[in-house]
Order: sequence, then C-alpha cells, then structure tokens
Amino acid sequence: MVNTKVDLLGITLDNPVIPASGTFGFGYEFAELYDINCLGTFSFKGTTRESRFGNPTPRIAECTAGMINAVGLQNPGVDAVINEELPKLKKVFHKPVMANVSGFSVEDYAYTCALLDREEQVGWLEVNVSCPNVHGGGMSFGTEPDAAAEVTRAVKAVTTKPVIIKLSPNVKDIAAIAKACERAGADGISLINTLLGMRIDLKTGRPVIANTMGGFSGPAIFPVALRMVYQVSKAVGIPVVGMGGVSCAEDVIEMMMAGASAVEVGAANLVDPYASKKIVEALPAAMEKYGINDLNDIIGKAH
Amino acid sequence: MKQTILTVTENAPLTSSVYRMRLRGDIGANRPGQFAEVSLPGLFLRRPISVCCAEGDTLTLIYKVVGRGTELMTRLPIGEKLDVLTCLGNGYDLEASAEKPLLVGGGVGVPPLYYLAKELINKGKSVSVVLGFNTRDEIFYENEFASLGCRVTVTTADGSCGIKGFVTDALPEDADYFYACGPLPMLKALYRAADIPGEMSFEERMGCGFGACMGCSMMTRSGAKRVCKDGPVFKKEALLW
Repeated sequence: MVNTKVDLLGITLDNPVIPASGTFGFGYEFAELYDINCLGTFSFKGTTRESRFGNPTPRIAECTAGMINAVGLQNPGVDAVINEELPKLKKVFHKPVMANVSGFSVEDYAYTCALLDREEQVGWLEVNVSCPNVHGGGMSFGTEPDAAAEVTRAVKAVTTKPVIIKLSPNVKDIAAIAKACERAGADGISLINTLLGMRIDLKTGRPVIANTMGGFSGPAIFPVALRMVYQVSKAVGIPVVGMGGVSCAEDVIEMMMAGASAVEVGAANLVDPYASKKIVEALPAAMEKYGINDLNDIIGKAH
Repeated sequence: MKQTILTVTENAPLTSSVYRMRLRGDIGANRPGQFAEVSLPGLFLRRPISVCCAEGDTLTLIYKVVGRGTELMTRLPIGEKLDVLTCLGNGYDLEASAEKPLLVGGGVGVPPLYYLAKELINKGKSVSVVLGFNTRDEIFYENEFASLGCRVTVTTADGSCGIKGFVTDALPEDADYFYACGPLPMLKALYRAADIPGEMSFEERMGCGFGACMGCSMMTRSGAKRVCKDGPVFKKEALLW
C-alpha cells in the first residue's frame, strides 16, 4: 500500500490532486458525475467582491495541446458565494475547500478574503494576483514583487487560515515575486496561472477571442510550469502547489519531484470531466511503477 | 451528461459543406435540442454539435465545415471510435406548444429541429416547418421533414428555390408557438417578426460544454446564463433584445 496522503499547510489531503480554480465551478457539475470527495480538495471559481459577468464572447480558442480562455472572472460575487454556493457545496463535498479570490484593489482582496476566511468549509485561501484577463486588474499585482507583497500583507492581516498566493508566469523573475510574498507572510505559493496568448482567425484576420488575448493552458504549458515550480520551490521555504498542463498521474509525480507539495489540475477537467478522478485513481499504480512508497519522499527530489 | 465511446457508422456529405455523421453505441437518453461534444484525434477541445436525431443506439449529427475541427471530422472513416459527451444542455420544451408548433431553422441550425419535429408529431401535433437557406445547393432535409408529416416551406435568400427571401418572409399565420435554431441575425429577425411565444437555440464557442468553465456565457433577463448548461435553448422572454 503506497501513501498518497500529503500535508498542505496543516491540513492532510488524502491525495495531492486538486482541480484548479475556473475549471471546476463550485463542484456540483462534477458531483453529478462522480463523488468529488475522492479529490484531495478543489479550488473553487475565482471570487470577487462584486458579481461579474466577465468578458464578451468568444472567450475560448483552441490551441495545439491546449486552449486559450478569456472568461474574465465571471462569478456571482462573494456574498452569493457564501449564501448560495457554499451551502450547496456542503451537501456534496465534505472536505475543506480552497477558496480562490481575485480583486481589483488591495482593499478588494482583503474584504473578500476576510469574509471567506470565516466560512467553516474554507480550508485555505488561494489569492489570485495573476489573472491575465482583466484590464487594469490582477495582472499588475502579480507582476511586481512590491504589489504582490502588499496584497499578501493586507490579506494576512485580516485572515486566520493559510494564505496561498497564486502567481502569474507572465513576469520577469517569478522567484523574486514568490520570495516577496513569503517575506510578506504568505503561507504558501501556487503556480502557474495561465500564460498570456492569442489566436487569429485566418478567414477574418481578427483575433478569435473577443478580448484579443487570453490565458493559455493545457498540456502544452506543462514544461514551462514545471520549470517555474522548480525555480520557486528552490527559492522559498514555504510549500508550493504546482499546476499548469497537468493531465495524468505521471505529471503529478513530476510536479512533486520539481518541488510541489500538492498539484492542481486545470484544463484537463474541461475536456474530460472525469480527468481529476482518473488521476487520483491512477496515482497509486504510477507510484508503484517508479518505486515510490510515499509521495512525501519525492517532494523536491529534483533539487 | 454521459461520456461514451461511439463508432462512426456513416459520415457523408449532404451538400458541399454540410455532412451527416451517424454514431452507434450507448448514446444515453438525448432530448430534442440537446447537443453532443465530440473529442477529435489531435485536437484539444471537444466540438459541440447539435443532435439531429437519437434513436435506439444511433446518434445522428449534422455538421457544417467551418474550421479545423469540423474539417477533420469529414475525414473520419466508418468504424472510427470517438469519445463523445452526450445529453448536454436543456433541450426544447416540448410541453410549451399547443396544437400548432412552428419550427424555424436557418442553415446548419436546421438539424436539431428534425428530432424536435419527430417528437412533436409523435405527440399528435400539427407541425409547420420553415427552413431558410442562402441558395438551392445548400438545401438539405426538406424531404426528411416532409416524410415525418410536417408542412414544409423553404426559403432561399437568392430565390433559387422556394420563397425568395428569409424565413421571416414565410411564417405561417396559424402557429401558436415557435421553436427556432439558426444564425444570430435570423434569430433576431424572428424575435421581432413573431407575435407568438417561443424559444430559440443558441450557439457559442465552448470550453467544456457542461457548465464548468463559463466560456459560453450570455446575459439574459434573469442574469448571466451558460449557453451549454442553462441553454442552449432559451425562451423568447428571457432574451435581452
């Protein structure tokens, strides 16, 4: 019997597999298909202070081994998440959930995080300082060490639960930003958010995505994500959650060897609704294949 | 929603750019107006295609070649096995119409109305169908609707067949409820022209097709809705037009 249990900031996960924010809604679409309690946890849809419709459509484009999305943080707002989504989630998911938060000012982040921090089912706050989709929004916080640190400090000051800062890969030195967040009190780092990309419709000569650009995700970005997880986990002393193009159990193992304590699965959920479940189920056999008895033994093995 | 592996049993052109694919296997209980998401070899995202008919173990999809995905579909041989999500979306409300439903389809919006017509006729309703195309060569399924027992009118924009003009130039007077699917300009024109209640099926670029990614949202009178999960069919009164 191999051990898939890992610790993520004081909470034991049955396995390190975590569907990523924006690819798993608030869980119920998937709970209709399978018992989502098989997951380590999941990170729910990025929540903001006010409700948002997001960007105009088309919001989605096909890429080689991946996709671009420019949803623009559509969500019902933190009050509706607390009053409507979380009570529904509680019925189908009985583990601590990761609350993903975005904002457009330091005050927004602090306000939304403070409210979600009080929710019993919220185990961690994952603070997205990196969403590349919103004009003048999250992007600016995640690209400057000082701005990312300022958000971190503001959120830490009003919360009690572990705070994980989710970083953008669209930066000059991601390790420097991670270190700034660590110094500002972050309990963990998650990465990578999507890479900024675009597609052009050859028939019209116009961008496919109404917002022109969007976030590139999917298996194509896995090597980039792995490299950044490696760099960041070497640079900081706090746990790192790795993500970016993970689509099978072997990818989870590789991410952990690069330094991840847990691993998020994103775009894979959108093309195969059972993807995360399949990864959880395939993990023990994949571990045995590589002689791994305990996942905790391989975290950062490549360092 | 159901994830299933289906086998291609037919994949042939109906016109120069519209193809019919038949897939066999455990297709699930599809309702008229629902759609399928087909995974294609070498492509990342599935392709959403409306269900033209679902009977027994056979799912019929009619698709138009509009890009790389649908182009690739045309080359899939008989016997190819495809990973398909079926029974997606809400489908048409069959109980909403009284005795004389009117089905209005434009171009590649015609296929889902076939399954709907079949089910409405099974319920004993008197079904009128107006099918709009650009030109004679693009017409398909006129005879299939007639064979079901529908009263069929065809319009072509260039007048090469049927009534010259658009579907809105050929709406029968006696219908009590409409069901539509077609390009956005057609739906908007119908919305303005029809003085009876009805519902329309919408198309949008999708990420997942089952409500997880918010890639295909549209704003309605009751807030933001996902075309894939809350639609693709929306009632006339829900639209912000």
